Amino acid sequence: MQSPLRLERRLTQPKWLNWGVPLLSLLGALILGGIVLLATGKNPFSVYARIIERGFASTDAFSRTLISATPFAFTGLAASVAFRMGLINIGGEGQLYLGAIGAAFAGIAFQDQPTAVIIATMIIFGMLFGGAWAAIVGILKAKFSTNEIITSLMLNYVAAIFLDYLIFNSNSYWRDPKSYGFPTGKRLVENAYWYDISIGPIAIPFGFVVAVFVAVIVWFLYSRTRFGYEVGVIASSPSAARYAGIRARWKIITVMALSGALAGLGGASDVGDFRHVLDAKGVQISGYGYTGIVVAALARLNPLSAIFVAVFIGGLSNAGYALQGPDFPSGLVGTLQGLILFTAVAGEILTRYRIKRQNTIADGAIV
Amino acid sequence: MISDISEAELTVTMKGIVKRFPGVVANDGVNFEARAGEVHALLGENGAGKSTLSNVLTGLYRPDEGTVSLNDEVVHFDSPRVALERGIGMVHQHFRLVNSFTVAENIILGEQSSSLFMDTSAAIERISALATKYRIAVDPSARIWQLSVGEQQRVEILKALYHGAKVLILDEPTAVLTPQEADALFMVLRSMVSEGRTVIFISHKLDEVMAVADRITVLRAGKTVSTIECATTSTRELARLMVGRDVVFNRVIRANQAEPHKIVLRVSDVDATDDRGRQAVKSISLTVGKSEIVAIAGVAGNGQRELAEVVGGMRPATRGTITVNNEVVPNGRVRKAMRAGVSHVPEDRLHTGLVADHSVENNLILKSYRNAPISKMSVLRRRIIRAQAKETVEKYDVKTPDTITPIRLLSGGNVQKVLLAREFDSLPSVMVVSSPTRGLDVGAIENVRKRLVDAADSGVGVLLISEDLEEIFALADRILVMYEGSIIGNIPAAEASRESIGLLMGGGSLSAENN
Ligand SMILES: Nc1ncnc2c1ncn2[C@@H]1O[C@H](COP(=O)(O)OP(=O)(O)O)[C@@H](O)[C@H]1O
Ligand SMILES: [Mg+2]
Repeated sequence: MQSPLRLERRLTQPKWLNWGVPLLSLLGALILGGIVLLATGKNPFSVYARIIERGFASTDAFSRTLISATPFAFTGLAASVAFRMGLINIGGEGQLYLGAIGAAFAGIAFQDQPTAVIIATMIIFGMLFGGAWAAIVGILKAKFSTNEIITSLMLNYVAAIFLDYLIFNSNSYWRDPKSYGFPTGKRLVENAYWYDISIGPIAIPFGFVVAVFVAVIVWFLYSRTRFGYEVGVIASSPSAARYAGIRARWKIITVMALSGALAGLGGASDVGDFRHVLDAKGVQISGYGYTGIVVAALARLNPLSAIFVAVFIGGLSNAGYALQGPDFPSGLVGTLQGLILFTAVAGEILTRYRIKRQNTIADGAIV
Repeated sequence: MISDISEAELTVTMKGIVKRFPGVVANDGVNFEARAGEVHALLGENGAGKSTLSNVLTGLYRPDEGTVSLNDEVVHFDSPRVALERGIGMVHQHFRLVNSFTVAENIILGEQSSSLFMDTSAAIERISALATKYRIAVDPSARIWQLSVGEQQRVEILKALYHGAKVLILDEPTAVLTPQEADALFMVLRSMVSEGRTVIFISHKLDEVMAVADRITVLRAGKTVSTIECATTSTRELARLMVGRDVVFNRVIRANQAEPHKIVLRVSDVDATDDRGRQAVKSISLTVGKSEIVAIAGVAGNGQRELAEVVGGMRPATRGTITVNNEVVPNGRVRKAMRAGVSHVPEDRLHTGLVADHSVENNLILKSYRNAPISKMSVLRRRIIRAQAKETVEKYDVKTPDTITPIRLLSGGNVQKVLLAREFDSLPSVMVVSSPTRGLDVGAIENVRKRLVDAADSGVGVLLISEDLEEIFALADRILVMYEGSIIGNIPAAEASRESIGLLMGGGSLSAENN
């Protein structure tokens, strides 16, 4: 038997879906999360109220939220630029580690320089390392047609092992030789800490400012330049790209490198704004790269929306830290993020398809 | 011969059929009746709702309104299988055969009782009997991949007969056939109706409808226009019913004569392989002169697409050279070919020549986005792009709500207008045009042909690749025939006949026929 409901492809996507879908996805996630909370004997309203309070409601909390939001913004942008060409880069995680490694290297190597120089080199090295790591995936795909989902995912594990090796299993340049017992990275000098920019009582981390700037550039790049136009053609129709003389291979490598460079910038911001050290365990626990996929999906691959979504997700995880304790369910933030991804993907399907009562079998139908 | 099915003759009646799809009413109160013993043609432009109606009849779609009856008994088919059990079989536009199976296996496939180990010998006997009876030439033990498209179609017909179809629906069956194969098909259909079966023959080609049908029902925009006896009508009247106004389809008058000696395109000794690496183009040489329309006739799949791609720079030649205006074009380089003055209108408009999901204006710049004034220092200049798009849309009379509508929402004729507009506006010396009117309706066909002739009149050399003899005879100055990768004929249009070209398209040779 077939189900009485089926999905039918929409010919056009109404405009309101652009904001309707993210909002409804969030609402859906909150409701589903509420059910989970109820089932575990918590009052969802009070839990949510505390998340809002600790994530967004005070200037202090908001400043901290922006710090958490920064890497999410970068990984969200990284995922967006790749997805928009149809490249499923899920290696943002590993590219971010490499970016952190690169930035920490610059922070240590150039510590005698003025702050501006240190910050600039940290950014450059973060982008170079992350970009090069992602370019491996791009080159493999362009040359051997390997599936980027698999290679980028595998490289996440390689990057994690490499990161652990640098801090725990070797006397690398990054490891603090004075850290006995539990090995840690070399702390950056205070001169290498990234600036905060104060707007009234809110301290905006420098990385966040860079993220906003990058989002605008990415938006411009994709909607107003030849590069973005070519990416759009390749994404929608490879054979039309061939027809127009657009070289897809080269673009695959470039876009992957760009995506990786943005994720790497996220790693740099994590070191410069927040931890001030290459923290092998901390950066892995955060799962920035994977969450970036959630950010990109919820933002519908729009770089400007990605910033807002990142702030929201940043607030959630910031509240998660602040509220950790016996009376706060520790897995809640992760669960909520998972639910948001789930509802966002469901919402995305509804923007392309509509639900119809079954009475016909049409060409555009998916089961 | 006493027919084994005469006692079960079927009259199909469809009354007030309405079938809606999102945004379109594909069938809007269609009335249709096909009697036993007739070939009943369903004629209509593309998008008129012919396929939809036949899908309603075979149970693939359920109508939103209206009834289907067999011999006055109202029936509801849930699936094509149920319809076939009641004697209604269909040959689709795209065949549904398993390539690695034999003809017999494909025919038995789907039989209720079929088990993993099929008893083919009895079946082969029945199939052979059917094939002889209707003079359908197929070897039951051949494998599908060994068969030509025409033969595969015969397998589909045999399959329907084998499963007891008394009513056979053929959806645009001649689209894939050479003229000779089409004639053979018509013979088969005639012999089926003489047996008391019913044939519903779907087409948008006037000539063949006139050639094969007893009665004709014309559909226009989802509605029945009328049902007429073939004997009492003419192609001119049918065209008017189908389009809703008078159309003229004669050889187009040229303002400027072809100048075949002022060569704009020269293809010399070109070899090329297809996507699977097999040789598809075999040492082809040809020339196209200024203002000349040279047609390459041939059944699809004989290397035409590969040849067009080589000239357009999309596919490297493995041997030979392409020369445009006496300069050799670097092999396999699209942009160089473009700059040399080659324009290529590919067969697959929506996914190769255009980007279906992109807007009209973005599609119009697909080849010029690198150049000023469209872009400057790598930045696209939206205002200029939009202004030019609006101008183009107006000039070429493209029906679209605005210039940011995605191409895929436009009708086939308008899609082709956008593509041709872009190519004409690139001011080429040579145009390689593949099946430019395939799938278009009569009005759009007229428009496209006129545009091509205008281009030729303005000096462009046109290489027209087509399977449609009607089109070739309407447009071409000279006709080449391509068969299995080679050119096997080069005939001035004035000296060519449909028969001779059709014969060459099927791989025959003229001299053999003359003996
Ligand atoms: N499955 C479908 N979903 C949506 N629209 C459809 C579908 N099938 C056909 N249509 C639309 O219905 C109309 C009639 O189509 P069709 O029956 O295929 O016409 P024809 O076979 O006469 O060319 C067209 O406008 C077509 O776009
Ligand atoms: Mg059809």
